[in-house]
Amino acid sequence: MSATFALRAGLAWNLGNGRLTLYCGLAIVLGWCLLALCAPWVAPFDPLLQNGDLRLAEPSLAHPFGTDNFGRDVLSRVIWGARVDLQMALIGVIFPFLLGTCIGAVSGYVGGWLDNACMRLIDIVLAFPFLVLMLAIMAILGPGLGSFYIAMALVGWVSYARLIRSQILVLKQSDFALAARSLGFSHRRTLFGHLLPNALFGSVVFCMSDAVLVLLNGAAVSYLGLGVQPPTPEWGTMVAEGQSFITSAWWICTFPGLAVVTLAMGFSLLADGVAERLGDRS
Amino acid sequence: MTTPLLQVRGLSVIARAGQRDITLVERLTFDLGEGEILGLVGESGSGKTLACRGLMRLLPAPNLRVEGQAVRLAGHDLLQLDEAGMRRLRGRELGMIFQNPSSHLDPLMRIGEQIAEGIRLHQGASRREARAEAIEVLRQVGIPDPKSRVDNYPHEFSGGMRQRAMIAVALGCNPKVLIADEPTTALDVTVQAQILRLLLELRDRRGLSMILISHDLGVVAQTCDSIAVMYAGRLCEHGAKHEMLARPQHPYSAGLLACHPAAQPEALRMTTIAGQPPLLDDLPPGCRFESRCPQAMPLCRQQLPELLEASPGHRLACHVPLLAGGLS
Repeated sequence: MSATFALRAGLAWNLGNGRLTLYCGLAIVLGWCLLALCAPWVAPFDPLLQNGDLRLAEPSLAHPFGTDNFGRDVLSRVIWGARVDLQMALIGVIFPFLLGTCIGAVSGYVGGWLDNACMRLIDIVLAFPFLVLMLAIMAILGPGLGSFYIAMALVGWVSYARLIRSQILVLKQSDFALAARSLGFSHRRTLFGHLLPNALFGSVVFCMSDAVLVLLNGAAVSYLGLGVQPPTPEWGTMVAEGQSFITSAWWICTFPGLAVVTLAMGFSLLADGVAERLGDRS
Repeated sequence: MTTPLLQVRGLSVIARAGQRDITLVERLTFDLGEGEILGLVGESGSGKTLACRGLMRLLPAPNLRVEGQAVRLAGHDLLQLDEAGMRRLRGRELGMIFQNPSSHLDPLMRIGEQIAEGIRLHQGASRREARAEAIEVLRQVGIPDPKSRVDNYPHEFSGGMRQRAMIAVALGCNPKVLIADEPTTALDVTVQAQILRLLLELRDRRGLSMILISHDLGVVAQTCDSIAVMYAGRLCEHGAKHEMLARPQHPYSAGLLACHPAAQPEALRMTTIAGQPPLLDDLPPGCRFESRCPQAMPLCRQQLPELLEASPGHRLACHVPLLAGGLS
């Protein structure tokens, strides 16, 4: 009996509160952040340094992840690449989040024709496949990280707007919205001071999973040659460059690919953990 | 007699339904003196809450509107004010507390901040002053250890304390008139008594006037100075408490009182008023209580009785008022 009890208690600790997922996710993401911050000291080589004698070298003690077709150290490039990719995930989430939250909140609160207009606009954006629309915008703006962020914001806000709007629609009928109005608070104060903080929960969780999407998108766009330009170390670009050597030198695209997978997994574990912890509370 | 603090003249709340208007609250007229507690009584759907929401101009749906001659408070005519003017008055002159304190407090904001926000907005106080004031208000509404409680979230409070906190939020803005919409309905009887005592205390200390909406005659009898009875959107009787309780003249008021268990302690079955109130979109031309009235006359069916002064301080809308002694 005590054994089952202990087992159950252990399961509750690990799964019930989502602590295990939360901490694993947090550890992975923070680990990558730390690596990115300490890149100059951690990376054994200069990520851009070419070495003609060591082209396509297999993983060895000196080069644990091997070298690529220019003789650059893949490990160093993966570590330096974390800087670019984390930045991409962060900025690629924040702008759509801010834009979508503002539009969704105002649209849901004001209602009427403004709400209708916003919803139709969202329908239009959603009518196009996500990546196609992004690529179209980036093709117009020209390749580079800046245009990636702009395209991300222009396409990514719709999910946040929908999430927030649905929450605000419920909350604006709530009793504490009425109580706030009865104290003489303006619509703006009621909406941004009281309703919005209560509506954010869902989108904060979505933010984390969205980071995965943005990361993969960034890698994909770079892979297609529109995002980060070589020779900057970026995981997607590295996979794209290594592709031609996949049969002879598997390590060039495998390791950056694994890096994308682990970071993405870290973000989604974090999202699950946060969702469960916050869900617990309410 | 001095002019009353709040004068309501002919306040109507009208709903636009398709092509026609339905009057939900009809030509409400009453005065509220300084420090007076007016009990607004009536069954569900009689328009008590809607009338007060109309006073605040915080109507629950966009197809509702307020009409009337005048609502005078603190030198303003509320019906002439635009939304911005009304907003300045809400909280500062007219406060409101509600039935369910759990859902009327912002769950993500500390109690103290919720009180302080109104203080800062209306009195222009600094963050620090507002916080001190919030602690003071919490002390006044009887929260123990207000210095540490000020940083609690609503979910850390019990039901009765939440109701006190909500009163504190409204009081922070220092209103002259407090509209209390069934403030004790969600609470158990002991806490209910404490909250009512608190409201009376606040009236005495701050000279606060109150409109207390209730369907509990016990609550009204304990607290109010005067009682107004509403039926189907209209006031049917309004007078001083003792007069109303001892000698109700409108058959509906008398019926309501007779329904109270305390009225006939030895009765085996509770008294009820047979029938249903009329539908507001299909009103009879005569008195709205006529179909349920035990002493209706032909005149009642034809002509709607107006609210007239029956004796000084006592107004009545009935063609055949009861004589002293209640229902025969």
